[in-house]
Amino acid sequence: MIDAILFYVFAALALGSALGVVAQRNPLYSAFSLIVTLCSLSAIYGLLGSPFIAVLQIVVYAGAIMVLFLFVLMLLGARREEAPARQGRALPGVALALVALLALQVASVILGAAPAAGTPGFEATTRKVAEVLFSVRFLYAFEATSILILAALVGAVALAKRQL
Amino acid sequence: MPPQGLMEDPLLYRMAFMAVFMPLAGFSVLALFGDAIKREGKADGAGLLACVTVLISFALSAGSVFRLYGLLADHEGLRFSQPYLGFEWIDVAGFRVPFNLLLDPLSAVMILVVTGVGSLIHIYSLGYMHEDEDRVRYFSYMNLFTFFMLLLVLGGSLPLMFVGWEGVGLCSYLLIGFWFKKKSASDAGNKAFIVNRVGDAGLILGMILAFHALGTLDLVDIASNIGAKPGEALGELGLLTTIALLLFVGACGKSAQIPLHIWLPDAMEGPTPVSALIHAATMVTAGVYLVARLAPLYERSATAMTVVAVVGAATALMAATIALVQTDIKRVLAYSTVSQLGYMFLACGVGAFGVAIFHLFTHAFFKALLFLGSGSVIHALGGEQDLRRMGGLRAKIPWTFGTFLVGTLAIAGIPFLSGFFSKDAILAAAYEGHRPVLFGVGLFTALLTAFYMSRLLFLAFFGSFRGGHEVEHHVHESPWSMLGPLVLLAAGSVGAGYIAIPQLVQPAFRLSVSHQAHPAWLPYLATLGALVGIAAAYYLYVLYTALPARIGASFAWLRRLFEAKWGFDDAFEWFARRVVVDASERVLWKRVDDGGIDAAVNGSGALVASLARSVRLVQTGLVRGYALVILGGAVALFAYLLWMPR
Amino acid sequence: MSGPIPIQHALLLSAALFALGVLGVFLRRNVITLFMCIELMLNAVNLAFIAFSRAWGTLDGQVLVFFVMTVAAAEAAVGLAIVIAIHRHRDTMDVDAFNLLKW
Repeated sequence: MIDAILFYVFAALALGSALGVVAQRNPLYSAFSLIVTLCSLSAIYGLLGSPFIAVLQIVVYAGAIMVLFLFVLMLLGARREEAPARQGRALPGVALALVALLALQVASVILGAAPAAGTPGFEATTRKVAEVLFSVRFLYAFEATSILILAALVGAVALAKRQL
Repeated sequence: MPPQGLMEDPLLYRMAFMAVFMPLAGFSVLALFGDAIKREGKADGAGLLACVTVLISFALSAGSVFRLYGLLADHEGLRFSQPYLGFEWIDVAGFRVPFNLLLDPLSAVMILVVTGVGSLIHIYSLGYMHEDEDRVRYFSYMNLFTFFMLLLVLGGSLPLMFVGWEGVGLCSYLLIGFWFKKKSASDAGNKAFIVNRVGDAGLILGMILAFHALGTLDLVDIASNIGAKPGEALGELGLLTTIALLLFVGACGKSAQIPLHIWLPDAMEGPTPVSALIHAATMVTAGVYLVARLAPLYERSATAMTVVAVVGAATALMAATIALVQTDIKRVLAYSTVSQLGYMFLACGVGAFGVAIFHLFTHAFFKALLFLGSGSVIHALGGEQDLRRMGGLRAKIPWTFGTFLVGTLAIAGIPFLSGFFSKDAILAAAYEGHRPVLFGVGLFTALLTAFYMSRLLFLAFFGSFRGGHEVEHHVHESPWSMLGPLVLLAAGSVGAGYIAIPQLVQPAFRLSVSHQAHPAWLPYLATLGALVGIAAAYYLYVLYTALPARIGASFAWLRRLFEAKWGFDDAFEWFARRVVVDASERVLWKRVDDGGIDAAVNGSGALVASLARSVRLVQTGLVRGYALVILGGAVALFAYLLWMPR
Repeated sequence: MSGPIPIQHALLLSAALFALGVLGVFLRRNVITLFMCIELMLNAVNLAFIAFSRAWGTLDGQVLVFFVMTVAAAEAAVGLAIVIAIHRHRDTMDVDAFNLLKW
C-alpha cells in the first residue's frame, strides 16, 4: 500500500522534472532537473525490488555522468538558448505529431497486453545479480563492456586534447 | 552395308592417301627448307622437287584407278571404294565425319586430270618461273594447291570436301596475289577470295540444311538417303530445292558463274601457269564437280535443275560477248573459261551430268594448252600481253603457234578434236531435253566461241607485228621445259574426246542411265557454226582489218555494253560503295553506334548523375532532421506491426 | 518487501519519459541539452527493464540495465569530448551549426 503511494509520488516527480529537462531554457537548470529525475527513478527502482540497481543509479548516473555534464557545461560556458533557427522551422510541429503517435502506439501495446503477476518475494540483491552477471551467460558481455569503457576512455582523451 | 559399298583393300587405301599427301609433303619441305635447296641455273632444286611430288602423285593416282577398276570388275555390283584413314575427324553428339575418301569413277577422272595436267603445268613452270626470285614460294603454293584440290575431289564427305574447297580458295588467293608488291595483283587476290567467300556462305548454309534434312554429310549416305525423299516439282521451294540452290551459290562462287564471276578475269594478274592450272583446268571446275557429285540431289529438284541450266547458259553467252572486245590475251581466255564453265552447268542442268564431266575433261586439256601457249607468247615478247601490240608471230615461234592452233580448233569444236565431241554432247542433251531456248543459246555461243578464239589467234599470230622494234628483235621460242607440256596437252586436246567419259562416270551418279540420243544433223550444224565463226574472224582480222573498228562504231552501244562487262563490276562497286560503306557510315555508325548505343550508355550515365543530383539534396546536414526521419520510420514500422496484420 | 505495484503503470511511466526524451531531442538546440534528453530516454528504457524483470521474476533485466548504464556512461564521455573538440573550433553549441556534412 505504502509502496503504491510512494510509487505514484515519485512517478509524478520524475515526470515533472523530465518536463523541466525538456522545457527549461538554461541548460544548467535542465541538468539539475535531470538529476532530480534520476534520483526519483532510483527510488522507483528500489520500490520495484531492485536495490542494487537503485544504488548504482545514484552512484553512476547521478554521481558520475551528471557531474561530467555539469563539468562540461561549466567549462564551455552554457548560455541561454539562442533565437529560433532559420531552417527546420516546421520541425518542432512535425516532431510533436510523431512523438504523440509513438506514445499512442506504445501505450496501446502496454494496455493491450495482460499484466504479468509479480512474483511475491522478489528481491534482486547484489549477490543474486552478481551470480547472474558473472555466470557463463553474461561473462563475455561483461568483459567486452570493460573493453568498451577502455575504448571510450582513450577516445575521450584523444578527442578532447588540445594537441596530440 | 549394301554390296555396292566399300571394300577393304589396304593397298588401294595406301595408294590413294599417299597420292593426296605427297603434294602436302612437297609443300612442307619447300616451305621449311626451300631456300636451302633452291639453286640458280637450270637444275632448280625447289622446282624439281615440286614437279617430282606431283608426278609421284599422278603415278599413285593412276595406280589407284587401275586397282579400283580391277576390283570393280571382280566384284559384281560394286561401285566405289571408301579409303579410310582410321580415325574420325569430328565425332560430336551424333555428327560424325570420319576421315575417309571416296574413290569411284567420277573422282578417278578428277584425280587423273588434277595430277596429270598439274604435273605438266609444274614442268612448264620450271621454265616460265625460271628467273623469278620468289619461285620457292611459288612452287610451295602450287604443291599446296594440288594437295587441297585432291582432297576436294577425293573427300568422302561434304565437310572434307569443304576443307579442300577452302584450301584451294586460299591457294588461289596466294597465287593470284603472288606478285603482291603490285597493287592490282593483291587487289585481285582479295577480290577472288572475297567473292568466293560469298559463295561459301551459301555452301555452308546448304551443308547445314543438308545435315538437318538428311542426317548425314557423307557423300555415299546422302545419295542413299535422297532416294527416300520425294521429288520436288518446278516452282516448289521445298527442302531439297533450297539445299540444291544454296550449294549452287557456292558452286557459282568457285566456278565463276553469274553473278559471282567477276573475280576470274582479275585473277589473270597471277602468273600464267597459275591461270592455267587453277583458273582453267582444276579449281574452277570444283563447282561443276560439286553439282555432279550431288546429282541425286539435283535430280530431285526441278527448280534447281532449271536454275542451274539457265544460269549456265546465260553465263556462257554473256562471257562470250565480253570476250569479243577484250584486248588482253589472258582476259580473252579468262572469259572463255567462264563461258565454257557455263556450258558445263548447262549440261548439268538438263540432266546430262556425265556429259558435263566430259566437257570438264576435254576443257582441262585445251584450256590449259591455250593458257600455257599464251604464256609462251608472253614469254617470247618479254612480258607483252596486249593483243594490239602483237601480230605475225606465226613464223617466229612456230611450235607455240602450232600447239595454240590445235587448242583453238579444239575449243571451237572442229570435228575430230576433243572439244567437238564434248560440246556436241552438251547441245544434244539440251535438244533431247526439250529445251529449245537453251539449245539455241548454246549453239549461238558456240559460234561466238569460235569467232573470238579465232580472233585471238589471228590477232596474235597473223598479219604484221604491231609492237615495238626491240621487242621484235628479241622474240624467241620458249625452252623445251615449256614446249614439252604444250605438245603433250595438244595431243590430249585431240585425243581426249575419244575416251567415253560419260559412260565411264555414269555409275557414280546412281541415276537411271539416261539414253543420250543423238540427232544425226547436230554435228553438221555445230561444225557449220564453228566454221562460220572462224571465217568471220578471218574476214575481219586478217583480210579487212579496218572493219572491226567501223562495226564497233556503228554498234557503239553494244560495244560499250560488252566492254563494260555488262555492268557487273560497276554494280558491285556501286553496291559496295553506296550501300555498304555509305550505309554503314551514315546509318550504322552515326545513328546506331553514336546516336543509339553511345547515347544509351552515356545517357544512362547522365541519368544516374541527374538522379543523384536530386537525391543528394536529402543530405541537409541538419542532425535533427535526420533524427526526425528515423523517428518517422520507427513510427511507421510500429504502426505496420501493430495495426496492419488483421 | 514489495507490494502490489502495477507493472503497467510503471511501463506507462517509462513510455511517457521516453516520449518526453524524444521530444526534447527535437525541440532543444543546445547540444548538451540534447545529450541529456538522450540520457532521459535511456533511463526510461532502464525503467522498463526493471519493471519487466520484476514482472517475470528473472534477473536478466537487472543485468541488462547494468550494461545499459555502462554504455550510457561511455557514450556520454565520448559525446562530450566531441562537443568540446567542436566548440574549440566553432565556439557554438547549437546543433544546427554542425552542418558541414551536407551536399
